[in-house]
Amino acid sequence: MSTFIAITISGLALGAVYFLVASGLSLIYGLMDVLNFAHGAFLTLGAYAGWEVASHLTGALGTEGQFAATIAAATAGGAFVALVTEVLLIRPLYGRPISQILVTVGLDLALVGLLLGAFGSNSRAIPAPAWLTSVTRVGAERLPNGDFVALGAGIVVLCGLTWFLRYTRYGLVIRAGVENREMVQALGIDVGRAFTLVFVIGGAAAGLAGLLYSFVFSGGLVDPTQGDQLLIFAFIVVVIGGLGSLNGSVIAAILVGLVQVYVGFYLGSHNGLAELGNVSVVLLLAVVLQARPGGLLGTPT
Amino acid sequence: MNGSPVSAPPAGGTASAHRAGLALDVADLHVTIAGSHVLQGVSFQVPSGGVTALLGRNGVGKTTTLRSVLGLLAATGRVDLLGHDVVGWPTHRIIRLGVGYVPEDRDVFAGLTVRENLRLAEAGSRPRYDDVYRLFPELHERGRQLAGTLSGGQQQMLAIGRVLLNPRPILLVDEPTKGLSPKYVSEVVSVLERIGGEATILLVEQNVHVVRRLARTIVVLDQGRVAHAGAVEDLADEDLVRRLLGVAGAS
Repeated sequence: MSTFIAITISGLALGAVYFLVASGLSLIYGLMDVLNFAHGAFLTLGAYAGWEVASHLTGALGTEGQFAATIAAATAGGAFVALVTEVLLIRPLYGRPISQILVTVGLDLALVGLLLGAFGSNSRAIPAPAWLTSVTRVGAERLPNGDFVALGAGIVVLCGLTWFLRYTRYGLVIRAGVENREMVQALGIDVGRAFTLVFVIGGAAAGLAGLLYSFVFSGGLVDPTQGDQLLIFAFIVVVIGGLGSLNGSVIAAILVGLVQVYVGFYLGSHNGLAELGNVSVVLLLAVVLQARPGGLLGTPT
Repeated sequence: MNGSPVSAPPAGGTASAHRAGLALDVADLHVTIAGSHVLQGVSFQVPSGGVTALLGRNGVGKTTTLRSVLGLLAATGRVDLLGHDVVGWPTHRIIRLGVGYVPEDRDVFAGLTVRENLRLAEAGSRPRYDDVYRLFPELHERGRQLAGTLSGGQQQMLAIGRVLLNPRPILLVDEPTKGLSPKYVSEVVSVLERIGGEATILLVEQNVHVVRRLARTIVVLDQGRVAHAGAVEDLADEDLVRRLLGVAGAS
């Protein structure tokens, strides 16, 4: 029983990281019809930005200050790369979604190659405060603190995004644009600004996700290809949830995170089949798409 | 998101058509969609003030004409709108000249509330909610309802109401009575009649009775070109109506 609770919390934490990646992907696709394959690179660059800042700040701000600066650097790093990408590569290709998608594929390959060239294929360890990597005892349970941090970050971002989409002018423009971009323009609204904004928001969330994934699921290590591995699962989450639906992403992220750790732990680890958790996610995708071709909360096209 | 009412054409516009009493002057408009040459040199003029009806059989290019004037379709030719040659402009800039667009399928945002649909359409600092709610009290009563759950007639009121929030010297209105119950048809027609007293309306409409009640001038498209342009009284010509509109609605 105690294992079950720890596994569940770990699955929820993984779901939170998936949600951070998937929320941006889903908004970008919903608004712009662009499947952003460079999102994985945003995520990795965010983690590296965190690593750069953390390793240069050692001792300067104290442990907590260093941790806060690391998170800020990862988030800002992801947002910045996304901003530059949208303005320089995506914007000149408006109205040509296929070209936009291809450009993101090329950018992802180029950025990962660049990171490999700059940092080598070895993982780097991101300095983290001791409490982040230790556990909290609740009765007989030993629950990793990192899981709670990831879960908390997911909840904060979800609440923030929900508030933004519901109560701000740009949120209104984005929700309307996901439904009918052309009509938004026909009301005199420059939808291009909303495009840039969703890229920046998505990049920031991805950068944060990259850092949290390193801390919580990869022993504090970052390597140049971690974004691409995560991106596959994030795409699955987006498709299961329904392209363009934020709430769908939330449900699908939790579902995928839980299924992956449950199957991986209860079926995989006893049989020496650690990959079974990953396989189960693909099966889940197949089952959901059979039942609901548009995803859980998507509109079938 | 600063749509300013157009009282005088800003500097830099050609302004020629505007001065000549034309709200819209389209010349030699060509549009190709997926390899098919839909508009083959459409030329017509819309005088300032009152309703001009754009007529023609189904598939003749009426909606395409409106959409290309608004920059929603790529076109070549000249489109002089309120004194500006707007070919190649992005849609939102064309709209901000002071254009209101009521599309064929209403295109209200189904997942937003009525109030949010209106809020989205606000441009400028003083949206005229009082005027809109006076014309369409139902929009006020149903403010919190999702627009997707409105009836067709109510959605049409929302589609018209949202463009009236802001001063719009010219409205492009595409088949506003299509699929509406008689009650809403007469309501929509009387609202358009009232707006036509102050603004210019380019109206696509299949219902000849509605056209005769609202329009002063007509432009008839056939096979991607303008086949006839003149006063609304020309609709008394049975032969013209049968030949170009394919209906026997002249009498």
